[in-house]
Amino acid sequence: MTTTEHAPKTSPEVCGVGHSRRRVEDDRFIQGGGNYLDDIELSGMLHMAIVRSPLAHAEILSIDTSQAEAVDGVVAVVTGDLLAQYDLAWMPTLSGDTQAVLATDKVRFQGQEVAAVIATDPYVARDAAELVFVDYEPLPPIVNPQQGLAPDAPIIRTDKEGKTDNIAYTWESGDAQATEAAFARAARVVTLETHYPRSHPSPLETCGVIADVDPITSQATIYMTSQAPHAHRTVFALVAGLPEQNIRIISPDIGGGFGNKVPVYPGYVIATAASLVIGKPVKWIETRTGNLSSTGFARDYHMKGELALDADGRILGLRVDMTSDQGAFYADAQPTKFRAGLFHIVTGSYDYPAAHVSATGVYTNKAPGGVSYRCSFRVTEASYLIERLVQNAAYEIGMDPAEFRMLNFIRPDQFPYRSPTGFVYDSGDYETALRLAMDMVGYEDLRREQEEARREGRLMGIGIASFTEVVGAGPSKDYDILGLKMFDSAELRIHPTGKGILKLGVKTQGQGHETTFAQIVAEELGIPAADIKVVEGDTDNTPYGLGTYGSRSTPTAGAATSVVSRKLREKARKIAAHLLEASEEDLEWEVGKFFVRGSPESSVTIQDCVFAAYTNFPEGMEGGFEDVDYYDPPNMTFPFGSYIVVVDLDPDTGVWKVRRMIAVDDCGVRINPMIVEGQIHGGLTEGFAMSSMQWITYDEDGNCIGSNFMDYLIPTAWETPRFELGETVTPSPHHPIGAKGVGESATVGSPAAYVNAVIDALAHLGVRNIDMPLLPDRVWETIRSHSGAEGEG
Amino acid sequence: MYPRAFDYLVPRTREEALEVLAERGSEVKVLAGGQSLIPMMKLRFASPTTLVDINRLPGLDAIDAVNGHVRIQALVRHNDIIRSDVVRAENHLMTSTAPWVADPLVRNRGTVCGSVAHHDPEGDWASVMLALGAEVVAESRDGGTRVIPIEDFLVDMFTTALEPTELLTEIRVPRYERGGGNYQKLERKVGDYATVGVATHLELDEAGVITKAGIALTSVYVRNLKVTEAEALLVGRAPSAELFGEAAAIAAAACDPTSDIRGSAEYKRNIVRVFTERSLAESASIAQGS
Repeated sequence: MTTTEHAPKTSPEVCGVGHSRRRVEDDRFIQGGGNYLDDIELSGMLHMAIVRSPLAHAEILSIDTSQAEAVDGVVAVVTGDLLAQYDLAWMPTLSGDTQAVLATDKVRFQGQEVAAVIATDPYVARDAAELVFVDYEPLPPIVNPQQGLAPDAPIIRTDKEGKTDNIAYTWESGDAQATEAAFARAARVVTLETHYPRSHPSPLETCGVIADVDPITSQATIYMTSQAPHAHRTVFALVAGLPEQNIRIISPDIGGGFGNKVPVYPGYVIATAASLVIGKPVKWIETRTGNLSSTGFARDYHMKGELALDADGRILGLRVDMTSDQGAFYADAQPTKFRAGLFHIVTGSYDYPAAHVSATGVYTNKAPGGVSYRCSFRVTEASYLIERLVQNAAYEIGMDPAEFRMLNFIRPDQFPYRSPTGFVYDSGDYETALRLAMDMVGYEDLRREQEEARREGRLMGIGIASFTEVVGAGPSKDYDILGLKMFDSAELRIHPTGKGILKLGVKTQGQGHETTFAQIVAEELGIPAADIKVVEGDTDNTPYGLGTYGSRSTPTAGAATSVVSRKLREKARKIAAHLLEASEEDLEWEVGKFFVRGSPESSVTIQDCVFAAYTNFPEGMEGGFEDVDYYDPPNMTFPFGSYIVVVDLDPDTGVWKVRRMIAVDDCGVRINPMIVEGQIHGGLTEGFAMSSMQWITYDEDGNCIGSNFMDYLIPTAWETPRFELGETVTPSPHHPIGAKGVGESATVGSPAAYVNAVIDALAHLGVRNIDMPLLPDRVWETIRSHSGAEGEG
Repeated sequence: MYPRAFDYLVPRTREEALEVLAERGSEVKVLAGGQSLIPMMKLRFASPTTLVDINRLPGLDAIDAVNGHVRIQALVRHNDIIRSDVVRAENHLMTSTAPWVADPLVRNRGTVCGSVAHHDPEGDWASVMLALGAEVVAESRDGGTRVIPIEDFLVDMFTTALEPTELLTEIRVPRYERGGGNYQKLERKVGDYATVGVATHLELDEAGVITKAGIALTSVYVRNLKVTEAEALLVGRAPSAELFGEAAAIAAAACDPTSDIRGSAEYKRNIVRVFTERSLAESASIAQGS
């Protein structure tokens, strides 16, 4: 680990920012003591199984539930027609579209929910689900956006009145005219067309719910796998028409989310409706196939990018045209204003005056959901495109890809930097990060080795990605989901003995919030992190917030934690003045205590102040020691980094192996370096998975290929490369502790680095693109189709 | 896991197990390692009404060298092969194959005999047994003991010569003096089935001439494919790069892979050629050094 030293301000006992504190949640996780949704059993609880469509596109002629209903132990069989009586057959999506809860008119993707069986036992529910007979009239399926845009394409969304095409949205960003002008004066234009395939966040714990609606009090307690419990409570109030004070969402321990647990799924709504009608708790635990084939997928972007270059290799402008495959319902989880998420961060780490992005979303007969799989609203796709494009541009003009980046980087003195699509980058030092990565990998030696290898007929490649992310949504001016502004919150209460509880509106799914957020309190108040309990995931007992995704918890809730701690520190100052019989202005703060300036022996600890807040507070002051902060971030944060991958490639088989993987990350100030490194390792692994093996595809009939872990691959420790991490620290100037968020950096940045490495190994043959995943057969086909070609780069 | 309902029987003696098979026959599935059967039951692709769990039967877990062959009994796990001194001393191809089977979790439970009895053409062991010319031993209450050559045993995809009333009790692999073998496998990740697998085994005489050759392919045909024409080409000849290239070309022509998410048919055929050539060279080198 290469690191710029940043000594923590607090002692290991206090364990504030900068300490690699061990994760407190791991005690229960590694001993099997976690409390996940399926661990929860309620008295009288019923079980639900969902009947799914085997066809991608078909009219529903009839549904016969009689045999299923006759099975001993079956309580009810729910269909869309039944839900329609309660006005629940359709629900809103997070992008303002509608989605069928249970299909009534027709099915629009394989795996769509058609009926649900409620039974006393989960085995009975599944047995009976096989006895629900649905008569389908098949319709021609649309399995890609090109088909969907064809003039004679069947209309998928016949439920939308007057809909005459399959377009889900159109959107643009940047300045079209300025961009045209840039291209008009370009000495050279470099083009890349590539597909970012459909992947899936595939958390190890699938989605699930236990809906418990009390028939007497109408209190609905809904245990669910939710990354955003408060937002979900409001959605439930809007969808089900339940009074919001009667809804309590409890999100227990979550076994991974990665964006998959942001949307509201039909299963949640059906179980809640069933509990409401039956008056008993109803549990639904999704199957693996259900999860992979019906819940929020990610990517499926068909992208065309063009870079305009001047004669010296400087970028003049970027033009991107992108078509996204939305599936049957436009259900992206993203801020309202941005129809393709934050894809317009596609201008990347480079300085040029003009860019234009146009995007079209297309309905297809595939699963809906377009969530951001660990990527802050489509930033992964954007970062991938620009990093592939600049690498190709370097080949076309015969410049080293690292040198090309250095030439075009935004310089440190240009921050805050306004990008041509309207972002204001808070801080950055891209050249330093890339130089560090190059030093760590021994870049010059590798380039020399590559030349030699090519002479000997061996193939090796070096791939770079110098990404910039945009995370921490977001400022209320621009960022909301369904109208809910994307602030977040922290409520801090310190008890008389100096130990306290921190309640947050976000929800950890493995990120380690229970550990890190206590460290922020420790940093600000000097109270040991071990004395602070962190509570999340219960809407009755935490302040409102929009949840955890998009690397937003540290930029928003982390900032709120810092601010609320500072508010309480000011209260403590008043109490300290009272206790020390000094004036507030004469008090100095150092970690954990106030002392009178000039006489350090005259001091009180923060714990003394807290105790006094309950036992001996000054006249006119409110008792107690608690406060809340709703933090509206002034800007997004912009983490960045440079990754370098070295691969060796077997030309006979197309098999490539990662020899080295260097990742230099700059996420601003690191609260818990160990957890940051863990996040980076996870993201680098996911990036490797997507670039090498992972995809969900569909055959021409719309059958989902990739609906189990035999087809949809999760890499193991065996094939995952060894990672070498480096670090630079460029604090965010607007975040209270200078942190930027890191949950997604490595997923965003690494795919381009892996792919660029493979392309680099073949660049001398004229190869400029292979679509992900870079399976050996695709690589082999590419070598074959380029063999004999003259080198171009 | 939510399979359909089934009876679960745990016999304590071989006689008891054979009795159940004789009585219930085709509705029964034998459970050894369960690494293919249980996932199929989970997905409800297979729904046997009776499971006979043979894991508690005594005297079914031996790996030993007796009567000119190495004996692998029904409860020998893939990891037992990796740990076995007998296999390491006696058989290069099996030693080379075992670490390629599935992943460590599957190898802890799954059995060699179960894999062969299941006869998924994507399974590794059936190719190994074809290359080695193994024999399968089956027992039943009424039919006694049958010894079946592996080529006759493997009938078609998921179909073998085993009768519903029979229990596969052991596989016998011929011993050899001067030989070598190895398995080459292309997989997308650990635990994946083979995109292509190639098993080769060569035996040499004192003069270094090939006296016995085995070549079998995984995942590129409706069953595990023994490439007899290429084997015949090798016997009586001295190992050479040209010879192995010729044999590899025969293997590539003999297979009939399908295009799927693991790769195009053309790609797989290429891998068969590349791996057969590499595998034969490696086997010859081992044999020459033994």
